[in-house]
Amino acid sequence: MSKNSNKNTNDDTHTIAVLVENKFGVLAKVASLFSARGYNIDSLCVGVTQDPSVSRITLVTRGDAKILEQIRKHLSKLIDTFKVMDMGETDSVEREMILIKISAPKAARPEIFQIIDVFRGRVVDVSTDTITVEVTGDEGKIQAILNLLQPFGIKEIARTGKVALTRGAKTLKGAKN
Amino acid sequence: MELNGSQIMIEELKAAGIEMAFGIPGGAIMPFYDELLKADFPHILTRHEQGAAHMADGYARVSGKVAIVVTTSGPGATNLITGLANAQMDSVPLVAITGQVATNMIGTDAFQEADVYGCSIPVTKFNWLIKDVNEIQHVTREAIRVATTGRPGPVLIDFPKDIQITNAVYTPRESAESPLPAPREYPELDTEGIDKLLAAIERAERPVIIGGAGIIKSGASAELAEFAKAADIPVINTLLGLGGFPGTDELFLGMPGMHGTAYANFALCECDLLINLGARFDDRVTGKVSSFCPKATIAHVDIDDAEIDKRVHTHIPILGNVRDVLIALNEHLKPGDYDEWRQTWTDWKENYPLQYDWDGSIKPQYVIDQIQEITEGNGIYVTGVGQHQMWAAQFIRFNEPKTWVTSGGLGTMGFGLPAAIGAKFARPEKEVWLIDGDGSFAMTLVELATAATYNVPVKVAILNNAYLGMVRQWQELFFEKRYSHSHYPENPDFGTIAEGYGVKGINITDVNEVRNSLDTAAEHDGPVVLNFLVNKEENVWPMVPAGAGNDEMQLAPPSREAKS
Repeated sequence: MSKNSNKNTNDDTHTIAVLVENKFGVLAKVASLFSARGYNIDSLCVGVTQDPSVSRITLVTRGDAKILEQIRKHLSKLIDTFKVMDMGETDSVEREMILIKISAPKAARPEIFQIIDVFRGRVVDVSTDTITVEVTGDEGKIQAILNLLQPFGIKEIARTGKVALTRGAKTLKGAKN
Repeated sequence: MELNGSQIMIEELKAAGIEMAFGIPGGAIMPFYDELLKADFPHILTRHEQGAAHMADGYARVSGKVAIVVTTSGPGATNLITGLANAQMDSVPLVAITGQVATNMIGTDAFQEADVYGCSIPVTKFNWLIKDVNEIQHVTREAIRVATTGRPGPVLIDFPKDIQITNAVYTPRESAESPLPAPREYPELDTEGIDKLLAAIERAERPVIIGGAGIIKSGASAELAEFAKAADIPVINTLLGLGGFPGTDELFLGMPGMHGTAYANFALCECDLLINLGARFDDRVTGKVSSFCPKATIAHVDIDDAEIDKRVHTHIPILGNVRDVLIALNEHLKPGDYDEWRQTWTDWKENYPLQYDWDGSIKPQYVIDQIQEITEGNGIYVTGVGQHQMWAAQFIRFNEPKTWVTSGGLGTMGFGLPAAIGAKFARPEKEVWLIDGDGSFAMTLVELATAATYNVPVKVAILNNAYLGMVRQWQELFFEKRYSHSHYPENPDFGTIAEGYGVKGINITDVNEVRNSLDTAAEHDGPVVLNFLVNKEENVWPMVPAGAGNDEMQLAPPSREAKS
């Protein structure tokens, strides 16, 4: 099992980073590769890298070693792929971001602000009845603040998928062909 | 030099040595067709786009060369999907070029618009939608390279109509450049794996080789023969590997798996070393994985990393081109001698031969036997999918690679006739026999018109039992003889249909006419359809029931008087 699998709620969960060509259709091909085999993508995050012709896909998926091996091999086989890495195989930093809109009558605000403060969240919008807060962290931290804010009434959330980078000088460099 | 998009693509196709097209024009591909005509590009007009794809497929399997398949947008392109999936499953290279509505109309539900890029993702090795005339040169080259290198496969280029007529500056390849930009995409030779395999061969007492399509695609038949003979190891060929090893060789054990020979399956169950050369451990080969080669160390040579450990756990994985690996193995191989093992499998071959009963009706196996006899294994043999396909695989003894054209992975009924036509275009000097079933044949028989138009002298033998025979067999064995919708009691008169298409047609009902009719067909200068009304209840034996292990194989019911 991967070194940091203890970070995951489920031992079968894997965060995979893929460097691909930044052009239309690539995401469809990655998604098709999963759907064709009945594998699920739990979360997905795509963004352009420092090289504008390359995009980084970070996806979280589940499966035993055999399924993971197939996923890795098929991702590598895609002609638009430069590099595939299971982030669990190395020491890495993983983060996701959440925006939470909480019902916040005046009386409750001090307590809400306190919680936000503890989690180093940021208030990004305030209205007469609501507060919207931005929190970044690993999955455990996000879940914890959600649990604490639950009693106040969560009106809506928007959550990114996970992104991850290896620790130290090592990078996920893909030789472009 | 300024050319339009269609001309640029045709220049690139010609430069890559592509010299055959199969297809049907329509609105969104007309500018490209106009340029095909002006360029005098060889093109076969088919009656259905699926037929065009299967023709290119058959053409590629026997010639090793790539043909293009050209269709219009929308229905023309969606009709290709089965043909692409078929080629994808069997790793056959072909380049599909589909017309698309003009770029400013894409996504508007325009007339004959379909998301062909999206539809074809799962059934191609790779695909492209051209959005700029300046991409054409690169995409066309890349498409041909992807289709033909590594593990081959079908590719598709979706070509919008406006780009077909947009002009751009075109710089032809430098003449010094190789026609195909094909640094064969093979991994470095895995010498460590090869050493491990050599050591395993020395240790083994009961080794078996299973040769798949990789032998044929990499052109490794001679190397395989050298290897097997020097090492004294018997050879099994998968359905798609047939022809990779001579069918008459004493070391040959036939086909494995669901309808394989008894002795091939015995050998798999008993071997202590399985050397898989370019086969993908298909479920029809392995049966229940947990009882597949239970006593064996398993070595697997494959060009595709994703095939290794996919279904069967491999002890000695070797990623590489089978031919390269065999050459390296042959260099270091110590001559083998497995007397006891040889005695065992020789006895199996003798005691459990393929056989069928003889009862005065036309037995389908007998017809195939006779085709084998008159062609002496030197023809090209094409099939549809079903019982007839299994009998052909069992009873034809192939002398050479690339003489067997069958739909293995996808099991596409209707593959036969168009594939046979494509095969004949590729190797006109060879006699091409299509062994088909009535169900399969009826699915694409419209291509008889293509055979007639271009006078393609394919010889068609329909083993007509008026059933979807393989379905009928399963219903008999596993559904308590409830023949749910597998019977065609009102089958058309295929002989007369053939005549209607301008093709010689003969119906054969008497077993004594079988040989005569085959001789007549062989001598006839043109396509022929022989409609054999065969025994309706004949089953394919041996059989490993679906989901069972190869050790649970059922042999044929005891024969009365074996003929063969």
